[in-house]
Amino acid sequence: MDFGFTTAAYVVAAILFILSLGGLSGQESAKRAVWYGIVGMALAVFATLVGPGSGLWLLSLILIAAGGAIGFVVAKRVQMTEMPQLVAAMHSLVGLAAVFVGFNAHITMNAVAGGDVSGAFADLIAHKSPVELNILRVELFLGIFIGAVTFTGSVIAYGKLAGKVSSAATKLPGGHILNASAAVISLLCLFWYFGTGGFFPLFIMTLLALFIGYHLIMGIGGADMPVVVSMLNSYSGWAAAAIGFSLGNDLLIVVGALVGSSGAILSYIMCKAMNRSFISVILGGFGGTSGPAMEVEGEQIAIDADGVATALNEADSVIIIPGYGMAVAQAQQSVSEMTRKLRAAGKEVRFAIHPVAGRLPGHMNVLLAEAKVPYDIVLEMEEINDDFPETDVVIVIGSNDIVNPAAQEDPNSPIAGMPVLECWKAKQVFVSKRGQGTGYSGIENPLFYKENTRMFYGDAKASIDSLLPMLK
Amino acid sequence: MKIGTPKEVFEGERRVAMTPDSALQLQKLGYECAIETGAGEAAGFSDAAYEAAGVEILPTAAQLFKAADIIAKVREPNETEAKRLSADKTLISFFWPAQNAEMLELCKSKGASVIAMDMVPRISRAQKMDALSSMANIAGYRAVIEAGNNFGRFFTGQVTAAGKVPPAKVLIVGAGVAGLAAIGTSTSLGAMTYAFDVRPEVAEQIESMGAEFVYLDFAEETQDGAATGGYAAPSSPEFREAQLKKFRELAPEMDIVITTALIPGRDAPVLWTKDMVEMMKPGSVVVDLAAEKGGNCELTEKDQRVVSDNGVVIIGYTDFPSRMATQASTLYSTNIRHMMTDLTPEKDGQPNHNMEDDVIRGATVTHEGEITFPPPPPKVKAIAAQKPKEKAPELTPEEKRAAEVAAFKKETKTQVTLLAVGGLLLLAVGLVAPASFMQHFIVFVLSVFIGFQVIWNVSHSLHTPLMAVTNAISSIIILGALMQIGSGSFLVILLAALSVFMAGINIFGGFLVTRRMLAMFQKS
Repeated sequence: MDFGFTTAAYVVAAILFILSLGGLSGQESAKRAVWYGIVGMALAVFATLVGPGSGLWLLSLILIAAGGAIGFVVAKRVQMTEMPQLVAAMHSLVGLAAVFVGFNAHITMNAVAGGDVSGAFADLIAHKSPVELNILRVELFLGIFIGAVTFTGSVIAYGKLAGKVSSAATKLPGGHILNASAAVISLLCLFWYFGTGGFFPLFIMTLLALFIGYHLIMGIGGADMPVVVSMLNSYSGWAAAAIGFSLGNDLLIVVGALVGSSGAILSYIMCKAMNRSFISVILGGFGGTSGPAMEVEGEQIAIDADGVATALNEADSVIIIPGYGMAVAQAQQSVSEMTRKLRAAGKEVRFAIHPVAGRLPGHMNVLLAEAKVPYDIVLEMEEINDDFPETDVVIVIGSNDIVNPAAQEDPNSPIAGMPVLECWKAKQVFVSKRGQGTGYSGIENPLFYKENTRMFYGDAKASIDSLLPMLK
Repeated sequence: MKIGTPKEVFEGERRVAMTPDSALQLQKLGYECAIETGAGEAAGFSDAAYEAAGVEILPTAAQLFKAADIIAKVREPNETEAKRLSADKTLISFFWPAQNAEMLELCKSKGASVIAMDMVPRISRAQKMDALSSMANIAGYRAVIEAGNNFGRFFTGQVTAAGKVPPAKVLIVGAGVAGLAAIGTSTSLGAMTYAFDVRPEVAEQIESMGAEFVYLDFAEETQDGAATGGYAAPSSPEFREAQLKKFRELAPEMDIVITTALIPGRDAPVLWTKDMVEMMKPGSVVVDLAAEKGGNCELTEKDQRVVSDNGVVIIGYTDFPSRMATQASTLYSTNIRHMMTDLTPEKDGQPNHNMEDDVIRGATVTHEGEITFPPPPPKVKAIAAQKPKEKAPELTPEEKRAAEVAAFKKETKTQVTLLAVGGLLLLAVGLVAPASFMQHFIVFVLSVFIGFQVIWNVSHSLHTPLMAVTNAISSIIILGALMQIGSGSFLVILLAALSVFMAGINIFGGFLVTRRMLAMFQKS
């Protein structure tokens, strides 16, 4: 096949990818859009296999099939609560692949200089002028750097999300100085590599990048994971784009840029929802407080399932605020069953989702969808925040910081100014929580002490299950 | 332990402190229940209904007082009843300890514990046992019905074939529980309802019930209703004058006036004077819910319906709740039941008289041979103090327009600056970079641009599928590996093969999991 066909196929594939992302604007169009993505990918792979430069296509097909089989099994088996881990694990694969491809480009480049290699990619390089070769070095250097950071970063993120690594923020002595010096040395390696084109600076830089990825993510705590995962998503895109530059492949550049900007926007949305700057999330921990926190008065009053059930039976409108605790307790099925019962009794039941609820952007929506909660009663924060004063009962299941009134009432609070769900304005609030104590951020939550709040202690799933038989 | 309810002995009292329903609930707390025969007759609950609910029927009051450990009744006890108490017995009823000092002394001498339902503190937690509120609610409702009974016209305005009927105008003075209930009843009957209260913080409640708040243009430091336990306090003479002046303005227009103004521990303030009644149209009605404390209207006679010289009907009944005995008994017995629930935290039929508890402490007037009245002030305030409202000044159309123009200019400025900076950077890159790089670079910049445009439209609820699908398509890196795999060197082939394998996992895993997730999103 000639070069023209491949390019044409790439254009079509790029358009299909754009459509596939654009289709995600609505639940129904998304179901069609994912097929555009699949077809685009198949077309791109096919065009590359038959196009110039590739060989050993039998081996390639076998490897794709083998990888595909594993991917198939993983996709079928994964629990929806495990989505964050899966996404992080997959990012690490993209990162590692980018590192390998970058190294290959380097090896080929040196081999071409020695004049003992054949192949389409080698031909491409052989035609380059010295200036172009220099740019090529910068590009593949960047590709490897971002890929390596993505790889270790994603592996650590996976470990934290899967509970294999402690989710608390931990740093080596030296903290961010270590990261900064590693980055500076990497920059020096770039100049070294730029000058010599040798393997050694590339290798040192890779090790440093792997360290940065590891150390950066280790220093970020569990509740900031939505930002981390979307950031890594963005990086995996930029790595692909950088590799695309070095290989001179436009489709790689287009897709890398799309993925990179998508991840960047997600990170921006998440940071905005926490009222924190991207830098402060990456640097880990919450910002310093400007004064002593407001004293919380009153006491946490507990209630039993009987009381909650009575209130629910008397209520006309109910809003449920799920958080990471619901995912941990695997309570989404019970919540769905409760929703079904309440709706059957003619009550208005809605869900309020804070953008950073859970460990992945949109995590709660997927969990509720899996439990067959219709998506049109699952609302975003801005859509529902004004409705709390007219609501009879709010049930908070396993969330803490996203319903903390201190964000609005206490200017000295570390989370002051963060947009929160104003559930305390409802007539009654029930908080399902495992026990007393503060959430991830370690901030006292005055909501639990409010007069209209009752604490419904216990495992979220067991608590909701105990309610079910008492609902009419 | 046994809870017993005698027949009310006060003349004309038709309520009862235990209904078959409440008896069932009390039994759940571990108590046995008993009533004097015929106790619920006047409220519409027969002995048979009680028996069906597992309540023991005792023939006389004397036997009941002997058998029961806890006696629940409505009215304060008379002397005979009080003498039947003993040290191991608890009495729960209305008691009015401030007015009934002698009775309090008698009960103390008997050693009995007395819980006065009228002394339950007004805090949120105690609302469910606030019998004064539930009785006031009934009184408010009944006052409107009683007024309607004596009023010769419709409440609601109508346009009929036989002519136009204007709506009745109702003024409600005092927006406590009774006042608010009266407002609700009156508006739902279709009358034009006005309401007045000295506590400005209730204006919102009045308006939420559908009445119009009568504003008094009077510059005095507004009193804080929260400091007096949610009740009104006496007002200054100047304020009173301003208030009466306003009422005189309103009097000729009003068809029905319902007064509910009470100040705890004092005679009712006179708010509707004789001259106001004289200004009213013949056939108008005044219902005075404060008649028991002397009345808000000068012409009120306690327990009487009187007609003034100009034909205005003035109703001074004091037994509105008793006139709706079934409803009143249901609510009152529920209040008692909630009180028992708080007294029996273990649900074992053994009351635990916890004097540390704000509500129980407040309501208990004698305990273990001591008079415990008056109680210390409750730790929790009734309603939050009114915060001064800050209203954002209304913007004039010109100001709005100016703000819009300024915002538009600012946006244009930032956009142009961004474009200029971006363009300059591109030019700078173009000056040094070779043409082959620039070709790719333009593709890159355009793609980022498209990416930003497209991703902003993605629905928030689909962010997880978005991540999964971008993940899958970022395995486009497989193209690079496929291009390299044909290369000669073994190391290159090995690394490329590994990359192809990993990207393969990603492509299939990513797309399949996205499809699985999207399939789950169902509309109701």
